[in-house]
Amino acid sequence: MKASLEHLTERAAAEGLLDVAYATADSPFGSLLLATTPKGLVKVGLPDYDSEETLEDLAARVSPRVLEAPARLDDARRQLDLYFEGRLHEFDLPLDWQLSRGFRRRALRAIDRIPYGRTRNYTEIARSAGNERAVRAAGTACGSNPIPIVVPCHRVLRSSGGLGGYGGGLPMKEALLELERAEIH
Amino acid sequence: MPPFQALLDEHAADVMAVLRGAVGRADAEDCFQETFLAALRAYPMLSDDGNLRGWLLTIAYRKAIDHHRANGRRPTPIAEPDEMAGVTTEPEPDDGIWALVGALPPKQRAAVALRYACDLPHAEIAAALGCSPDAARRSLHEGIKRLRKELA
Repeated sequence: MKASLEHLTERAAAEGLLDVAYATADSPFGSLLLATTPKGLVKVGLPDYDSEETLEDLAARVSPRVLEAPARLDDARRQLDLYFEGRLHEFDLPLDWQLSRGFRRRALRAIDRIPYGRTRNYTEIARSAGNERAVRAAGTACGSNPIPIVVPCHRVLRSSGGLGGYGGGLPMKEALLELERAEIH
Repeated sequence: MPPFQALLDEHAADVMAVLRGAVGRADAEDCFQETFLAALRAYPMLSDDGNLRGWLLTIAYRKAIDHHRANGRRPTPIAEPDEMAGVTTEPEPDDGIWALVGALPPKQRAAVALRYACDLPHAEIAAALGCSPDAARRSLHEGIKRLRKELA
C-alpha cells in the first residue's frame, strides 16, 4: 500500500494535481510541519500547533489537494537541519507568500531581509512596510507569520529591547536568537 | 473540504480491497491509481463532502467497469494462473471479506464486487462483464453461494 501511495503522489505531481505537499521535520524544539506549493514554501507549522488544524487551514485557504509528500520537502528539511546546527545562515528556498496580504505581507518581506544574527524592532518593521505608525500591525504581522524560522520573525524585538512575542513560545525565540549570536561572534 | 490526504488515510485500503475484489490483485493497482487521480482532479469542484467514502467507491467502480470493458469481450479465463497457485487467496489483514471475494473465480468475483461494492443493478453488471443479464445473475449467485460456504 505504501508503494501505491508513493506512486500516486508522484503521478499527482506530474499531472499538476499536487497543490500542497507536506511533511514533518525534526527540530530541537519538536516536530515542524512543512508545506509547499509548486511555487515555494508556504507554511512552517511550529511544534506548539496542531498539525491537523494547520492542514485543514491549508485545504481551505490554498487548495484541498493536500498530500503528504516528504520528497518534495527534502531541500527545506535539509536547510533547516543545517540552520539548527548553526551551519546555514541564509535560507535559499523559494517562498510562496499567498497566505499573507497587504501590509502584513510587506512587513514579512521586510522581516525576511533582516540579516542573520541581527535584530530589528517593531517600529522599524512598520516603517519598512510603509507605515511607521502601524507598530501594532507590525506586531500582528509577526504573530501571523505563516513561514516562521525561514522568515525570521524571531529577529523582531520591542523598541525597549524586550523580547515581544513568539508563536512557538518565548523560550524558542530566545534559543534561536542565542544560536545566531553564538554563530556570528 | 478536508485535506485530500485524510481521504487517503481513511479510505485507500478499502478502495484497494474493493478493487482487488472487482478486477483481481494484478490489475487493482492500475485501477487504484486511476481512481485516486480522477478523485484528486475533481475534488476541489465537489460541493458536498457528506459521503466522501461513497463518492470514492463510485469512482472505483467506474474504473473497475472501464477495466472490464477494456479487457472487453475477450473470453474470461477460467482462473488466472496466480489464483491457481493460491497467491491471491493469501488474505491481507485489511482486506476482510474482500480477501475472500478476491479469491473467487474472476466472473463471480467481478459480479459480487460490482453488485455489492458499487451497488450496480444486474443489467449494468452484465454490460460491464460483456455477458447477458442472466449470466451476470448466475455469476453473482454462484459467488454468493461460495462466500456463504467460506464464511460458514
